[in-house]
Amino acid sequence: MITFEQLQKTYPARGTGAPVQALADIDLTVERGEIYGIIGRSGAGKSTLLRTVNLLEKPTSGRVLVDGVDMTSLSARELREARHSIGMIFQHFNLLSSRTVFDNVALPLELAGVGRAQIREAVEPLLDLVGLTDKRDRYPAELSGGQKQRVGIARALASKPKVLLSDEATSALDPETTTQILHLLADINKRLGLTIVLITHEIAVIKEICHKVAVMEGGRIIEQGPVFDVFAHPKHPTTHTFVDPVINRGIPDALRGRLSATEVPGSNMVLRITFTGERATSPVISAISRKMNLDLNIWHGQIDEIQGAPFGTLVVEAIGNPQSIEAAISLLKVNKLGVEVLGYAVPGNLRAAV
Amino acid sequence: MLSPEIYALLFKALLDTLQMVAVSGLLGTALGLPIGVLLAVTGRGELLQNLTFNRVVGAVVNMTRSTPFIILVVAIIPFTRLVAGTSIGTTAAIVPLTVAAVPFIARIVEGAVREVDRGLIEAAQAMGATPFQIIVKVLLPEAMPAIALGLTLSVVSLIGYSAMVGAVGGGGLGDLGIRYGYQRFLPEVMLAVVVVLIVLVQIVQSTGDWIARRVNKRNLKS
Repeated sequence: MITFEQLQKTYPARGTGAPVQALADIDLTVERGEIYGIIGRSGAGKSTLLRTVNLLEKPTSGRVLVDGVDMTSLSARELREARHSIGMIFQHFNLLSSRTVFDNVALPLELAGVGRAQIREAVEPLLDLVGLTDKRDRYPAELSGGQKQRVGIARALASKPKVLLSDEATSALDPETTTQILHLLADINKRLGLTIVLITHEIAVIKEICHKVAVMEGGRIIEQGPVFDVFAHPKHPTTHTFVDPVINRGIPDALRGRLSATEVPGSNMVLRITFTGERATSPVISAISRKMNLDLNIWHGQIDEIQGAPFGTLVVEAIGNPQSIEAAISLLKVNKLGVEVLGYAVPGNLRAAV
Repeated sequence: MLSPEIYALLFKALLDTLQMVAVSGLLGTALGLPIGVLLAVTGRGELLQNLTFNRVVGAVVNMTRSTPFIILVVAIIPFTRLVAGTSIGTTAAIVPLTVAAVPFIARIVEGAVREVDRGLIEAAQAMGATPFQIIVKVLLPEAMPAIALGLTLSVVSLIGYSAMVGAVGGGGLGDLGIRYGYQRFLPEVMLAVVVVLIVLVQIVQSTGDWIARRVNKRNLKS
């Protein structure tokens, strides 16, 4: 649905400063019906990237294809036409304070020259969809943040777009309202098959509704893929800083102190076992413990859900003879569970010696 | 205390003033509003950036605004003659009043339009709006509360200016005050003129405030 090809954006130098490369070597494909999340810190270039889709930002080189049309090749008139099929919602809603809820939602249709009767026919179901029928004659100043974003969503949908761009749409909302708005977006995605590209700096947003994710830093995409894969196996350190807090693959500080990087006499191996998908629910641990005659002392664990699939990590101290532990590790691998040796647990009475 | 003749003069002068202010205010708005919008949208980084146009029009506006009004009245007498056929009287006074009002209103409208949140322009662009649609459907309605207050200020200024044209034979309340109050030394006429002007300004200001409140939907309580 959307393809970025070798996209670059450079801002010319100001005064004596160097030119700023805002986007570099962006190659990315968003499939039809997908919710694609782009995450990055502020200044990473995600907002610039999102704005190249409807050409609010003009790329320096490269192409942006939306539904097969190269946006960078369009004339001003063709571009305005193309923008009718790309809806956009904003962090600060950008509603017209001088217009009522109804008239705000009607605006894109008015701009497209749609008649009064057709506007009414189109707007009323949208107000119903976002649950604001009773607020139709209110002004934005009379609405809460969540309601304002609902108006923004209805307005973005008014021209029946193929793509919805979301620019930090929930960043100005409280957590509860954020969840409601995200569910609304997920619902619209399912019901209308609408392709959604959203940018955010909150990993929770990605985890909640996105199918795929791209991580940006310094104007580049440093990691991309299905949300589950990126969360389960983050590769880039920046991705780790985003993902780790919600996945909680860390070890509590109290236990970290008992961990040594090298084996010392009397220490036990500490393993992190990662469960993904249906493996998260099968009783592998107890089976291994029984078969290999191992004691597994559980240090820390968590089971979470990403995109409806269970995902868990378990940190265990394996107490038993080395051969059984080796065998246990290969058995875990055979069962397609992630295994990682974190270090060796030093018994309490030997800690002073380390 | 005032004779019926003076009352009649006062009434006639009030009508003259109202006529001068109303006509120059309407003409000033008709010309100043589009110029103000153009100044706002042709600035650096704006919707229809055109720095040459912006600088030239801006310079003309500044020239007119920096000329003291009483000098302006005298300086443009040939132009006034050309337009009104005469340089004396109420109709003639409308010309310099309008010339002064246009740049004043243009700057006020420019300021009001520039204050509109850039996010709204971006949102309209994302919807595929043309620059003209953005001006008509977004910028002007959103700037309306500030424009209403600015126009009120302009009308109040025009009332003051209209009294000044009295000094050069323009007619109206200023003229009455100068000729009867000052030259014939009738302090009660001067006082009456001042009171009428104060009441007039008060009415204009209150009406303007009321309109500005009506068009401002930003501070509604939920």
